[in-house]
Amino acid sequence: MAEPMGFYTDTTVCIGCKACEVACKEWNQLPAANGGIRQLSGDSYDNTQRLDGIHWRHVKFIEQFSEDRAVGRWLMMSDVCKHCVQAGCLEVCPTGAIIRTEFDTVVIQSDVCNGCRDCIGACPFGVIDINPASNTAQKCTLCYDRLQSGLEPACSKACPTSSIQFGTIRELHQRAERRVQQLHDQGEKRAYLYGADDNILGGLNSFYLLVDQPEVYGLPRDPKLPSRNLFVSSIFSTLGAIVFGLFGLVSLRKRRMDEIAEGTRVQTPSQGSSDV
Amino acid sequence: MSDTFFTKPPHWEWFVIIYFFVGGIAAGSYVIAALLDLFGDTRDRPVVRLGYYVALIGIVVSGALLSMDLGRPERFWHMLIESKRGWPMLKWWSPMSLGSWGISAFGLFALLSALMALEEGGTLRWARLRTLRAGFLGKLIIVLGAVFGFFVAGYTGILLSVTNRPMWADTHFLGILFLFSATSTAAAALILLGLWRGANDTVRWLSRLDRGALVLEFLALIALVISLGSVARVWLSGWGALLAAVVLAGILFPLALHTRAHLLGRLSVPAGAVLVLLGGFLMRMVIVLSSEGV
Repeated sequence: MAEPMGFYTDTTVCIGCKACEVACKEWNQLPAANGGIRQLSGDSYDNTQRLDGIHWRHVKFIEQFSEDRAVGRWLMMSDVCKHCVQAGCLEVCPTGAIIRTEFDTVVIQSDVCNGCRDCIGACPFGVIDINPASNTAQKCTLCYDRLQSGLEPACSKACPTSSIQFGTIRELHQRAERRVQQLHDQGEKRAYLYGADDNILGGLNSFYLLVDQPEVYGLPRDPKLPSRNLFVSSIFSTLGAIVFGLFGLVSLRKRRMDEIAEGTRVQTPSQGSSDV
Repeated sequence: MSDTFFTKPPHWEWFVIIYFFVGGIAAGSYVIAALLDLFGDTRDRPVVRLGYYVALIGIVVSGALLSMDLGRPERFWHMLIESKRGWPMLKWWSPMSLGSWGISAFGLFALLSALMALEEGGTLRWARLRTLRAGFLGKLIIVLGAVFGFFVAGYTGILLSVTNRPMWADTHFLGILFLFSATSTAAAALILLGLWRGANDTVRWLSRLDRGALVLEFLALIALVISLGSVARVWLSGWGALLAAVVLAGILFPLALHTRAHLLGRLSVPAGAVLVLLGGFLMRMVIVLSSEGV
């Protein structure tokens, strides 16, 4: 297996140019939304608004302004699949369409996916959705085809500010820690890494440098695997089945006892009665 | 705020809601029919046979609904077979994967039981079926079918919980709620069919059984709401009002009708059954769509 590869996204140098979105769409031949007719969100420069089956990269524009707009800042973040080390989508996928590649990335095989959509609700980050062109679930592949040819992903290649950096996870971690230290030294004490260590889903192969709480960027603070609910839910359901089964047996026995007491007992099949 | 609010809805809508309802009735009907088959008496036989027929028809309809809901229905078999290698495809930790096998196995037992019921009823003349029904293997089929029936009745709720969606993944009580709802709606369906076939004694027992199932369903729903904590705010909307209506008209009022048969005279039991069926459908609708809408 090749060394784990991924993205390190330094949100402090993102300028919201969306070159990554365009490069991703071009390389992966993703269709335009709404037949190419531009949809504006109405309150931001963000026109694609979300990650989904045809938007595998999405630049978030987070506006933090005071009431009188005298003080404020823009936070920009190029969002993408996190290629989790413990991936919820891969865990639930019933067809085996979602695989972990030799680069430790998570890829949906479109020719295997049958569009059950279990992975969409399982992803803790809301990354996956259906691509209407194929009617299968799709998301960033971390340009698996380019990686297999020794090329870097289209988005990081196109990024003009190196906000999106591609490389081995080991090297990216070192680079990111140096950058956090640099920002702290410059007085930006809020800078920290999200998903670089293994506390979040065993580590995110696409991790971020942020300067505000995760929720501000639309990221969950403590995302979990869907299977966390499996055991306890199954125990409760099994107990429910036992309780109902016993209730049924007891109520049938009670009916029999009542009828014996009243002298109106009807024969059981084994007692030789014919069909009713 | 729960981390589940950062996720996307999987677009499980009408086909899935109807499947949850129909599949629940199919599974619950089999379980009830099996109880009567193994521990009932001769006057229960018409309802036993009806229960197996409902189970078979229901699970066939369920399979069709689930296939139609797929983005690529022609690839429904990818749930069971690895499309690239041809090996069986099973992830026991994925409710959808295990559920696909569970539905298939339940369908097989429902088919065998329905065939035995057809033979018993005189529609089908096949001596081997009579031998099968009378022997140990016949009993084993019924017991295993009931086990898979319980599985199909409950796994759908667990399927919703094993996601990261608001409300679904914030409770452990959806599986047990769906299981009790499956049994209450199945009892209601068999009450109506039993009345049609004039099996009044069995209907009386079914009414008592439905009463128990409704009490259990009500308790499971209360436990679910408590377990949600602050996430229950997703129901501070029209969905919450509809759920309250379901509790009143689909659980508590039918419970009263089953307990005090004089409330609506001869109509008490059938009216209660119709309300339970309606309530069971609306309850699934609220649970699925209220999270889908977040």
